[in-house]
Amino acid sequence: MSNHNHHDTGQSPWITPFNVIAGLIVLMGIYLTYLRFTGGLAAVTNLDDYYPWGIWISFDLLCGVALAAGGYTTAAACYIFGIKKYHAAVRPAVLTAFLGYALVVFALHYDVGQPWRLAYPIFVQQGTTSVLFEVGLCVFLYLTVLFLEWLPAPLEWLKLKRVRNIVIKLTLVLTVFGVILSTMHQSSLGALYLILPSKMHPLWFSSHLPIYFFVSSMFAGLSMVIFESTLSHRYYHNKMDKEHLEGTPHVTFGFAKAAAWIMAGYFFIKLFGVVLNDNWGYLPTFYGFIFSLEMLGFVALPAFLYAKGVRDKNVKLIKWTAVLAVFGIIFNRFNVSLVAYNYHLPSELKYFPALAEIGVTIFVVTVGLILFKLISTRMPIFYEHPDFKGSH
Amino acid sequence: MNRRKFLGAMGVAGLGVAGAEKVLAAEDGVTGASVKDVKGLPDSYAVLFDVTRCIGCRQCEDACNYEQHLPEPDVDFFDTGVFQQIRRTDWKTYTVVNQYDDKPPGAGDLYRKIQCMHCLEPACAHSCFVKAFAKRHDGAVTYDPNVCVGCRYCMMACPFNIPAYEYHIALDPLVTKCTFCEHRLKDDREPACVEICPTGAMYFSTREEVLKEARVRVVNNPDKYQSHIYGEHEMGGTNWIYISGVPFEDVGMRMDLGTRAAGDYTSGALGGVPLIASFWPVLLVGAYAISKRREKIAKEERDSFVSQIIAEAGPEAGRRLAERLSRSETLDKAAIEEEVRKALNEAAAKTEREDH
Ligand code: SF4
Ligand code: SF4
Ligand code: SF4
Repeated sequence: MSNHNHHDTGQSPWITPFNVIAGLIVLMGIYLTYLRFTGGLAAVTNLDDYYPWGIWISFDLLCGVALAAGGYTTAAACYIFGIKKYHAAVRPAVLTAFLGYALVVFALHYDVGQPWRLAYPIFVQQGTTSVLFEVGLCVFLYLTVLFLEWLPAPLEWLKLKRVRNIVIKLTLVLTVFGVILSTMHQSSLGALYLILPSKMHPLWFSSHLPIYFFVSSMFAGLSMVIFESTLSHRYYHNKMDKEHLEGTPHVTFGFAKAAAWIMAGYFFIKLFGVVLNDNWGYLPTFYGFIFSLEMLGFVALPAFLYAKGVRDKNVKLIKWTAVLAVFGIIFNRFNVSLVAYNYHLPSELKYFPALAEIGVTIFVVTVGLILFKLISTRMPIFYEHPDFKGSH
Repeated sequence: MNRRKFLGAMGVAGLGVAGAEKVLAAEDGVTGASVKDVKGLPDSYAVLFDVTRCIGCRQCEDACNYEQHLPEPDVDFFDTGVFQQIRRTDWKTYTVVNQYDDKPPGAGDLYRKIQCMHCLEPACAHSCFVKAFAKRHDGAVTYDPNVCVGCRYCMMACPFNIPAYEYHIALDPLVTKCTFCEHRLKDDREPACVEICPTGAMYFSTREEVLKEARVRVVNNPDKYQSHIYGEHEMGGTNWIYISGVPFEDVGMRMDLGTRAAGDYTSGALGGVPLIASFWPVLLVGAYAISKRREKIAKEERDSFVSQIIAEAGPEAGRRLAERLSRSETLDKAAIEEEVRKALNEAAAKTEREDH
C-alpha cells in the first residue's frame, strides 16, 4: 500500500527557513494591508488615471487564473477523456486551482476601491453588457465548483464517509461545469481588452484575444502541473503513495506532449493573426522585438523543447521547459495588460509598479503557499486515503 | 449663450419647451446596447466646441470647479503656467484646457477644452459590471456612486481617457467625471462652463441643431475649418462635438478611433457565451460516454483474457501472453501486465501450496 506517513510522530521543528521567510512576508503583508485601507490605493500603488489596472490585475488576476488552469485540464483529462493514469495528478491540481482562484478573489479585495461591494454585480445590479460581469460571475461559480471538487479531501480527512460519498458522485457534473466555466472566463479575460482597441498595440490586439487567452491557458495549466509536481516531489516525496509516484512520469510525458501540440497550434494561430491584420510592419520596432521574443522565446522554444523532451524521455528537460512556459505565460499577460496597453502614451506617463504593490502580490502568493502546505501535509492530496482507496 | 437665446434656438428648431420637456422626461437611463434604439438621440442636448474660438482663458475650468463644488485647484485658474504641460481630467478637475502649437505658426496659440464627450453608446457604461453609468435621454452620461465597486474598468474602456479615480481615499473612493451639469439640463439651463465662456467657443443646443450649426460653419468657411465634424460618428457618436481649423491630431484628438461604438467590439465575445454553454456539455458528455465505453470493452477483454491465463497458468503462460500482448492494440498494456503478473503469482502460489 502506501508508503506515506501522515501520522508522523516525529516532531517537526517550527523554525524552518520556509516558516521564517513566510512569517516575515506575512508580517509585511499585514502592514501593507493596514496602509492600503487607511491611505487608499495611492498609499501603496503607482496606479493613476491613465493606468487604472496595474500588476494586481496583470499578475494576481490574469496570471493567477491562467496558471490555475491545471485544475480543469487535469480533471477533464482524467474524468471526461478517461485517461485514468492521470488520476493521481487530479487532487494536487484541483487544490492548486482552488487556492489560486480563492487568492485571485482575495487579491481583488485590495485592488477594487470598495471591496465590500464585490458581490454587487451578482446580487445588486447586473451589468450584463460588461465582459467583466462575465468574468466575475464565472470566477464566482467556478470557485464554488472547485471548492466542491476539492471537498472530498477534507471530508476524508475528517472521516465523514457519507457526505464524502455523495460529493464524489458529483465528480462528472462538476468536471463538466468546470470546463464550461473555465472556457468562458479564461477567454473572457482576453475579451476584457476588446473594448479598448484604440489603447492596445496592434500586435497584441485582435478580435481573437479571447481565443488566444483560452488556448494559452490550456498549456499554462499543463505546464503548471508539471512544474508543480517537480516542486512537490522535492518536498513531499515521503507523503506520496505508490499510485502518485508511479503516475507522475505518465503525467509528465503525457502533459508535455499535449502542451507541445497546443503551443505549436497557438504559435500558428498567433502568426496567422499577424498575417491577417497585416502587422508585419510593426515587427522591426521595439514592440515588435518584445512580441517576437514572446512568440519565439516563450512559445516556439518551449514547444520544441517539450517535444524533444518527450522523444528523448528526458524528464529533466521537460521540467525546465515547464518553468520556461510558465514564465512565457506571465510574460504574455504582462505584455497584453501593461506593454501593449497605452502604447501610444509618452514614456514619462507610463506605469511601473510601486515596491509596496509588488509586496502585496508577494504576500498573496505566500499566503497561497502556506495554505497549500498546511492542507497537503494534512489531507489526502498526494496519496489516497486508506479508507477510500480506489473508490473514485 | 443666455437662456433666452437658447429657448429661442429651441423654438426655431421647432421643438418648443414642450419638446424639450419630452427630451428631459427620461425616467430611466439607457445604457450601452439599448441606446441603439434611440438613433443618434437628435433631441438630446449637445455642445459644439469650436477650437478656432477658444482663447485659453480657463474660465470654464473655474466655473466647473465652482458649479461642481470641487476642491481648490493646485494652481490658480489665472495662471497660464499650466500650459507648459498637457493635462488631463482628474478627481478634482472635470474639465481641462490645453494649449497646442499652432501650425502654421503665426495664427496664435491653439487651445482645446476636454471633458467627458457624453458618448451616444458610452464605453464606460458598456463596460461597467454594475451598470453604474447610464446614458440619459437628455444626453448626459451619469454615474451612480451608490453601486460603484471601484474596479475601474470604465477608466480602462473610455477611449477619451476621461474618468478619474479618487486613489487617495481609503474606504469609499469614487470615479469622477464631468456630469454635463445634468442638474442644470433638468432646468433647461446650459452647463456652467458653456455659460461662462466669453468668446462663445461653445454652442449649446440639441444634438441635431449642434450638428447643423457645425455643418454651416464648416461649409461657409472652408478655408477656416477642417471639413471633419469630430464626434458626429467617432466611437458611435458623442454629444460633445468639435470643429477645428487645424487637423484634429494637432490639438490632441485621435482620428483613428473609428466609428464603431465600443460595445460593438465585445458583443461578439459575449454573444459566444450561449454557444459555449450549450456546446461544451454535449461534447464533454459525449467524450465521457466514449471513454466509459472504451473502458468497459477493455475491462471485458481483460477479464476474459485474465481468466484464460489463470486456467492455463504455468510456465508456458508467460510466453503465450507476451505474444498476445504484442498483437493487442486496444488494451491498456500496463493494466494487462499488472493483471497478468497477479495471475501468474497466484498460480505460482497455488502450485507451491500444492507442492507442500
Ligand atoms: S467620454 Fe468616456 S467617460 Fe465620457 S461618456 Fe464617453 S466613454 Fe464615458
Ligand atoms: S469603477 Fe465603478 S463605475 Fe467604473 S466600471 Fe467599475 S463599478 Fe462601474
Ligand atoms: S458640463 Fe458641467 S461638469 Fe462638465 S465640464 Fe462643463 S461645467 Fe464641468
